[in-house]
Amino acid sequence: MRTREKIVLLITLAVLLLLPMVAEATGNSFYIRLAARILILALAAVSLDLILGFGGMVSFGHAAFVGLGGYVVGIMFYHDFNAEPILGLDATQSFLAILAMAAVVSAMFALVIGAICLRTRGISFIMITLAFAQMLYFLMVAARKYGGEDGLALWNRNEMPGGVVDLHDHAVFYFVCLGLLLAFLFIGYRVVHSRFGRVLRGAKDNERRMTALGFPVYRYRLAAFVIAGAAAGVSGALLANYTMFVGPSYLSWTQSGELIVMVVLGGIGTLFGPVFGAAAFVLLEEFIPEILNHVRDGWGEHWQILLGPILLFIVLFARNGLYGALRGQTGGPMLAPDLTGADLTEPDRPKDADVSVEPATDTGRPV
Amino acid sequence: MTALAIVQTLNGFQLGVTLFLMAAGLTLVFGIMDMINLAHGSFYMIGAYLTATFVGVFDSFLLAVLFALPLAALVGLLVEMVALRTLYQRDHLDQVLATFGLILFFNELVKIIWGPVPIFMGVPEFLSGRIMFGPDLEYPAYRLAIIVVGFLVAIGLWLMISRTRLGMLIRAGASNREMVTALGVNIKLLYSLVFALGAGLAALAGAMAGPIYSVQVGMGEQILILTFVVIVIGGIGSIRGAMVGAILVGLVDTFGRVLLPGAMFALTGSTAAQGVGSAIASMSIYILMAAVLFFRPRGLFPVKV
Amino acid sequence: MMKFASLTTVAAAALLAAGSGAAVADQSGEVRIGMITTLSGPGSGLGIDARDGFQLGIEHLGGTLGGLEPVIFEGDDQQEPSVAVELAGRMVERDEVDIVTGVIWSNLALAVMPTLARSETFFVSVNAGPSELAGAQCNPFFFNVAWQNDNNHEAMGQHVRDEGYERVYIMAPNYPAGRDALAGFKRFYGDDVVDEVYTPLGQLDYAAELSQLQSEDPDAVYIFYPGGMGINFIRQYEQAGLKETTPLFGPAFSFSQDLLPAVGEAAMGVRNTSQWSPDLDNEVNARFVEGFEERYDRLPSLYASQGYDAALLIDSALNITGGDVSDKDAFREALRQADFDSVRGDFEFNNNHYPIQDYYLREVVMDDEGRITNRLVSTIFEDHADAYHQDCAM
Repeated sequence: MRTREKIVLLITLAVLLLLPMVAEATGNSFYIRLAARILILALAAVSLDLILGFGGMVSFGHAAFVGLGGYVVGIMFYHDFNAEPILGLDATQSFLAILAMAAVVSAMFALVIGAICLRTRGISFIMITLAFAQMLYFLMVAARKYGGEDGLALWNRNEMPGGVVDLHDHAVFYFVCLGLLLAFLFIGYRVVHSRFGRVLRGAKDNERRMTALGFPVYRYRLAAFVIAGAAAGVSGALLANYTMFVGPSYLSWTQSGELIVMVVLGGIGTLFGPVFGAAAFVLLEEFIPEILNHVRDGWGEHWQILLGPILLFIVLFARNGLYGALRGQTGGPMLAPDLTGADLTEPDRPKDADVSVEPATDTGRPV
Repeated sequence: MTALAIVQTLNGFQLGVTLFLMAAGLTLVFGIMDMINLAHGSFYMIGAYLTATFVGVFDSFLLAVLFALPLAALVGLLVEMVALRTLYQRDHLDQVLATFGLILFFNELVKIIWGPVPIFMGVPEFLSGRIMFGPDLEYPAYRLAIIVVGFLVAIGLWLMISRTRLGMLIRAGASNREMVTALGVNIKLLYSLVFALGAGLAALAGAMAGPIYSVQVGMGEQILILTFVVIVIGGIGSIRGAMVGAILVGLVDTFGRVLLPGAMFALTGSTAAQGVGSAIASMSIYILMAAVLFFRPRGLFPVKV
Repeated sequence: MMKFASLTTVAAAALLAAGSGAAVADQSGEVRIGMITTLSGPGSGLGIDARDGFQLGIEHLGGTLGGLEPVIFEGDDQQEPSVAVELAGRMVERDEVDIVTGVIWSNLALAVMPTLARSETFFVSVNAGPSELAGAQCNPFFFNVAWQNDNNHEAMGQHVRDEGYERVYIMAPNYPAGRDALAGFKRFYGDDVVDEVYTPLGQLDYAAELSQLQSEDPDAVYIFYPGGMGINFIRQYEQAGLKETTPLFGPAFSFSQDLLPAVGEAAMGVRNTSQWSPDLDNEVNARFVEGFEERYDRLPSLYASQGYDAALLIDSALNITGGDVSDKDAFREALRQADFDSVRGDFEFNNNHYPIQDYYLREVVMDDEGRITNRLVSTIFEDHADAYHQDCAM
């Protein structure tokens, strides 16, 4: 890591740590809430970057994991509220237990659909992950007991052990989110720089070579997919606690699309970039209407006419995302230099025929 | 019962050809330029809005379509030249982000020009009746016309691609882009033409959908995701695949909606199960897509290398 | 449901802990209002109408509410519950609003309710009237100035029964409000319908369902399809030739002024039920309809009328308390009195803060200027209350 990148990260960390204090002191405590939302979405975006940026797996169904995590919170609340046992057990409102459940449920779902989806490549992978997310979406729409299309409004956030702190307190909730995001960034960093991570990246660039070298590429990919799914599940549980609401829209394809936008905006394959991407996306959404309304009353409702071209502009002129610009890098992403110019979704394309390996030849695949 | 089955099959075809018109452009752009264009649905919307507006001016549906399509194609051309041209060499994710931005832009632009409330477009007078095929068998003439136009366009496209020089270049471009460039073809012009053609076809789909669906902001995205399902099932870059995929999706969706809720009700006798059946019906095309991709990852008609 | 009492105490305790940080509006001479409504996407027509109606109400009151200067914070919920909750949080905490209004969709209303109840912010819904908030879970901070979701369907159930139709086919989108709608219809029509069909929410093409319907040959059809779904359904119903053979009935939402221009003549002659009609004969309504057309250059929908009434209601309550919103009990009591002249004529609140009012039969007609609109036919229910209020402990 270069000095400039280290400085950027340290400053960001300092800002994140001091933000609640500053906001509180200046009477802007509302922004702690907004910042917590950024952190939650950042966790989901970073987990997506782990498989997308480093594994070349463009999942267009990542919101499914977020939604599942959210529904764990919602379903537990529903059963606790109505004093109705679930699977023969009393429902819990304990935050830690629910986080763990959200991670496990999402990880299990990731394992099942990952096992199927990872047999495909490129655009097929994009679409098959979308297909499974859509199926889950329609399943939750049909789940009449848990609100169906309407979703579930939650009257309380989860409880911390012993009631020492209250998740309704903005600063508390913010630091919980920050802690979880930092923890996952740490895990992600270790994963990316481990042998496991190198195989993952190697397989993205040349699957056949990695397979020939004897690496069980399929299993490595599946493991990464499951890790990312679990983290997205945790972010979903946080999101449900944050909004005190969960509904099928958490799982919709537009939600998956927005997560991809955050990753691209921040910088693909940079791990830290999606944090900036999430921040930029949320802040643009929050402030463009306000700015427009200041320019002329009533213009705010047309805010999307500005957001669209801004996204286009960023793609056209900031090729490595915000993080690339911040750390002053015009070349390829630093954590994964091998990514420069590489097409993430290409293997199906004829011109890459030499690396396009049909799943059947994937010897590492358990049959 | 057989009459009903025939009518439902026609309904499936009608949805299918609408999807085909959308899918044809998208699959060519995807296959030849290797470009994922999420804003394709915007041309559908623009086509519908322009046609509805021109119907108000000329009081003739055909004349309106005649004016709307080239204009929509022109919008496509402009978008291609101003924004998308530089994206061909980028990876798919950049394209997704940029064209997502375009969707937001076009939706808001249409809302500013035409207002947020859906606008009206009537069925053309000469197609407002119903055609009787038999005692129990009648079908709206307009929907039948959509099916006919859809199939005619499909045949036309097939002829163009298999018989003309432009078609040859398109085929060559879809399977080997570098070769076309090496042949000294003006690749920029080819790309622009294909893009405008795709935009025009999407606008045609929108124009024809206008009289039966509401013409409103965001109508493009409702059909966009189905269109992606179609081209992935059919095989990217393949017109034949787009046709087969579109008809398949049209039929599966129609019959899923008609049969599943009733079947669930018959099986369990509860209205709750009926709701589940309706949910599974919504999932049916995604189940179809997942199954196709699982067994044939490149779709039903992969473009040969 | 047992836990509800304890939840409200939790909310009260939270407020005490926060040291009653709510803004004291009466001292600054202004009242802060959060307008959460749908301004973008397919549902924006309804939201914009409700907002414009509300603004017109304020204009007709001389630009004030209860003598105070209204400060409006507007937010586009994009018809998305999580966005609505986000807006509610921002308006309560940053903008320190006293009252939140707007909210078209029931699922959004249910989603924002915990946030608003927790901060003891009054919520005056201009449209959404979910059954959940009408019965056992009725909320002291929730007021609905439109109707309970089932009401217009109940009225039509009564009418179709009275007309003597025996083979009725009923259809709605497969989501909670859709199921409530058909339940409301059957509450007064009876359970013996030919078939009850639920279609996916947001479906565009009803050809398959219409073919199925045709094969059953019912003698009347009742539908609940709001927004774009309504446009598609009604037009396809006519195109399938069904309108000539089988009368179509629906609640006002499918035949409202925001849809009629797009539906066109396919809607002509259809009878629908509503708590309001542009030709209701009273002074306030005449002023509203005329003023709306003048100000916005289009005919008002029922959503606009509900937004207008919301402004009048808030104004009346502020007048009673002398502009004080900080005494929550006093302000609630003032709202409950509904001491204003509604565009609908008689209007009062039930114990659950839902309206008790008349429901009318309307018919879609063409007016003198060739515009398609609604005209009153008859009154179906007088002083009708919803079916859930007995379960509400307020």
